[in-house]
Amino acid sequence: MESATQQTLVTMISGPVVKARPAHRFSMNEMVEVGDERLVGEVIDLDEDLATIQVYEDTTGLRPGAAVYAKGLPLYVELGPGLIGEIFDGVQRPLEILRGKWGDFIRRGKTGTALPRDRVWQFTPSVKHGAVVSPGEILGELPESQLITHRIMVPPGVQGTLEHIVPKGDYTLDDVIAVIRSPSDTIHELKLFHRWPVRKIRPYRERLVPSEPLITGQRVIDTFFPLARGGTAGIPGGFGTGKTVAQHQLSKWADADIIVYIGCGERGNEMTGVLVDLPKLLDPRTQHPLIERTILIANTSDMPVAAREASIYTGVTIAEYYRDMGYDVALMADSTSRWAEALREISGRLEEMPAEEGFPAYLASRLAAFYERAGQVVSLAGKKGSVTLIGAVSPPGGDFSEPVTMHTKRFVQCFWALDKELASARYFPAINYLQSYSAYISVVEPWWTEKVGSTWKTLREKTINILQEDSRLQNIVKLLGEEALPDDQKRIIEGARLIKNDFLQQSAYDPVDTYAGPEKQFLLLDVILHFIERLADVVKARIPLFRATELPVVVEIHRLKFTQRGDDPGPFMSIKERIDKEINALLHRQDT
Amino acid sequence: METVTGHAMKGALEYIGLDRISGPLVVISGVKGVGFGELVEIVPSDGQSRQGRILSISEDVAVVEVFEGTSGLAQPTTRVRFLGRPFEIIVSREEVLGRIFDGLGQPLDGGPVPLRGERRNINGLPINPVARAYPQDFIQTGISAIDGMNTLVRGQKLPIFSGSGLPHNDLAAQIVRQARLLTEDEGFAVIFGAMGVRHDEAETFRRSFEESGVLKKVAMFLNLADDPTVERLITPRIALTVAEYLAFEEGMHILVILTDMTNYCEALREVATSKGEVPSRKGYPGYLYSDLASIYERAGRIIDRQGSITQIAILTMPDDDITHPIPDLTGYITEGQIVLDRSLAQRGIYPPINVLPSLSRLMSDGIGEGRTRKDHGNLASQLYAAYARARQVQRLASIIGEEDLSATDKLYHTFAREFHERFLQQGADENRTITRTLELGWELVMLLPEQELTRVKPEEIDQYGKKRTSI
Repeated sequence: MESATQQTLVTMISGPVVKARPAHRFSMNEMVEVGDERLVGEVIDLDEDLATIQVYEDTTGLRPGAAVYAKGLPLYVELGPGLIGEIFDGVQRPLEILRGKWGDFIRRGKTGTALPRDRVWQFTPSVKHGAVVSPGEILGELPESQLITHRIMVPPGVQGTLEHIVPKGDYTLDDVIAVIRSPSDTIHELKLFHRWPVRKIRPYRERLVPSEPLITGQRVIDTFFPLARGGTAGIPGGFGTGKTVAQHQLSKWADADIIVYIGCGERGNEMTGVLVDLPKLLDPRTQHPLIERTILIANTSDMPVAAREASIYTGVTIAEYYRDMGYDVALMADSTSRWAEALREISGRLEEMPAEEGFPAYLASRLAAFYERAGQVVSLAGKKGSVTLIGAVSPPGGDFSEPVTMHTKRFVQCFWALDKELASARYFPAINYLQSYSAYISVVEPWWTEKVGSTWKTLREKTINILQEDSRLQNIVKLLGEEALPDDQKRIIEGARLIKNDFLQQSAYDPVDTYAGPEKQFLLLDVILHFIERLADVVKARIPLFRATELPVVVEIHRLKFTQRGDDPGPFMSIKERIDKEINALLHRQDT
Repeated sequence: METVTGHAMKGALEYIGLDRISGPLVVISGVKGVGFGELVEIVPSDGQSRQGRILSISEDVAVVEVFEGTSGLAQPTTRVRFLGRPFEIIVSREEVLGRIFDGLGQPLDGGPVPLRGERRNINGLPINPVARAYPQDFIQTGISAIDGMNTLVRGQKLPIFSGSGLPHNDLAAQIVRQARLLTEDEGFAVIFGAMGVRHDEAETFRRSFEESGVLKKVAMFLNLADDPTVERLITPRIALTVAEYLAFEEGMHILVILTDMTNYCEALREVATSKGEVPSRKGYPGYLYSDLASIYERAGRIIDRQGSITQIAILTMPDDDITHPIPDLTGYITEGQIVLDRSLAQRGIYPPINVLPSLSRLMSDGIGEGRTRKDHGNLASQLYAAYARARQVQRLASIIGEEDLSATDKLYHTFAREFHERFLQQGADENRTITRTLELGWELVMLLPEQELTRVKPEEIDQYGKKRTSI
């Protein structure tokens, strides 16, 4: 029994930061509930007898003297079937259930469980009674969505002899499906779900070096700045440069098994847009609705700031859980800057000494720790799985030298810099091909040359050379005009224009252009480069360049990205033939 | 400290004497049983009560921000009443529309204080993202640069980024007069929230509403330039609380005009500084983003509810700098922005909208077949591409002269001029239909050779472009 004098009580409230004493019963990062409304919070500092608590909900009306209840566990998420296709807030409260309970506006306080307890799952065991099982081992599976088979694993830290396992049948999350006796004779009752602290990396057996591309269907990314499974990428860009559309495109078309999308401090309507789109769009590989592989975490900008800080960890923990089943998971966080700002706000209320631009000194180490949770691993069950992390960054004033962008750059392997000038010409995706980079080019090259086209590497290099040459020439054009250039340089300008308009630029809203598979990317680039190369013949024959750029086949090249899906190389080949025919005719006319 | 309980109001706690007065803040010690964020009434010896809010509370010390300012408060004699509830207002359709209030919701028009209605917390509640309905109903504003290239949709938050002396008020008033949202039926209203605007600006708006005959459908909340600064933190929240009630309870379509958000942000900075908080960029508090979001996000539509809130916030960019924290953070929250440009205004172009940095994020869902016209998206994209190139050509022409431009560049040069003079330029009362705007757009792009038109489809050129070339 607790005596009244021992009860921990609130002593100070300032926004999401609450202090309480006595603190002896609390441990660091423990989950607590505050006040009669049982607001969820986390212990973030213990100083003598005073506990500092970060509260994940609005604290208006909370009074000194309110009771604080210890939960005995660090901030955790529930991991089990029922995650796919759901939308949760930053501390894993299911938003659909909240709407059913409170209506259209989010209130605060206790909400019940993250995963539905009444839903029935058809579980099929895959191990037998008496087996010796180790942490992470797969006990059986159940169909979670049309796309995803959910594998039930022995939670990390549990091992021993299987004393009991249920037969194939229908179970809810509350049913005990297995009993394990550990070597020290402890009995573990396992259910279809377990809890895991969000700030702790889930263990794995071995970390692998990323070796395969994560195809996103976005040409500028896959061909020029590719991402690898288990890799990391940052997308910085000022407002209006298309970060969110880029993240949405990746969440729709990346060829991962599972997508975890975190809307972190962004617009409410954007989450709505995702919720409206995903059930309607079909996965190009499986033809199932994309929502069947997606988990959404939403902490919109008007939702409590402290939960924004937690939302990133909630998301990445769920991603690791599916990784452990042997899936390739891609996680998009939009935007990590809002997460960093949440850190800053809490830090400010704690009156910590600020470092750059008011951000706490531990910003860099927190960012590093987050991106370190990416990787391709062999799970405890011996399955190969990966977590790919893609973080959007919203630099103030579009200035890439600010702390969050700068530190992100240190920890990510792909950097897709979004450009305001490209965006204002409605040139999307506005990825600046001169500022962006990827460290995975040599990693993915064997895959492309083997699976798609043997000339991939040369094609790519030639294209990059043209673009670089073009940007050098553009400096002259800005001063003297295009007319001042000799024809062989004009050819570069024209060539780069074709690459930019017909390859790099990709419409997220066009039903065909929105996704380009690797084959299409290769074929399209091949056609464009062929034309640019043939232009050299035109220049050599001293024919004015505009005669070639006015050829009817040029319009056909423009149309390719909107009309072809790339599963049939025929149309691309015939355009190449037409290029030859028309250019040859032009050369021939000149001769006679 | 002396405590007098249950004096004036039931359930209220009253204290006499202030420990400290600093800027807009007062500190009271010995306080028990009050909650964070709750409303406070401060009564100086002259009996003119002021309102405030609890900013932080510890075991026995409360820090309170006073909305009407602390000027004239005396430490020993001021009485402080803790009301035990957050800032609330009473809203009803009948007692609010057609009225003028001050920045704290008190009548300025001599009418009665609203009494019969629903009591609502002015901070509102976040809308559950799963309850939101995606905005996609086109609103015709009659302004080509908006309708054609930065389309406004019902439930959108689309601010105007302006500079001091630019005609943002005229533009906002024109939108109010012309927006088709308003002509449809009885179910519309305008909520006007002014923070720190001049008397004459407020009067211009009032007169404009009166002239266009919508005054009965308008509720004005005015915190004027000479009103207390801290009050500005409350005004937009009151305006939005009224808007939410009318939109989501009464099913009306609401257009909210908030001006000037820069004054709001400055008030926020002032309070933060008085509290001794760690500043982030340009002295604004680190939570400026979350705070602005708590205003801007109160827009939109909700599934299965009739009404909508469309928000047009006006802000003046300090020194015309779009990277200043106020426009910058606003742009990260709102669904686009309309940017006014001083050099266009100096050339006598009205409305001086610079379309290149302007953007409507919800445009693609509000236009196209069945909403505006199927070529709208591609045409807008083509206009953007052409205008971006045309501006480069203009720069080039200023270096090498117009004569030395290539033939194509000369056409782009003409395009830029025509774009400014025919597409952008329009009268303050000129109300163009969307069809007229799109026709104008086609007339402009057809100035360029066809192989330059890579954003529109050949069949669109045939259908919409060709027939116009004869003009």
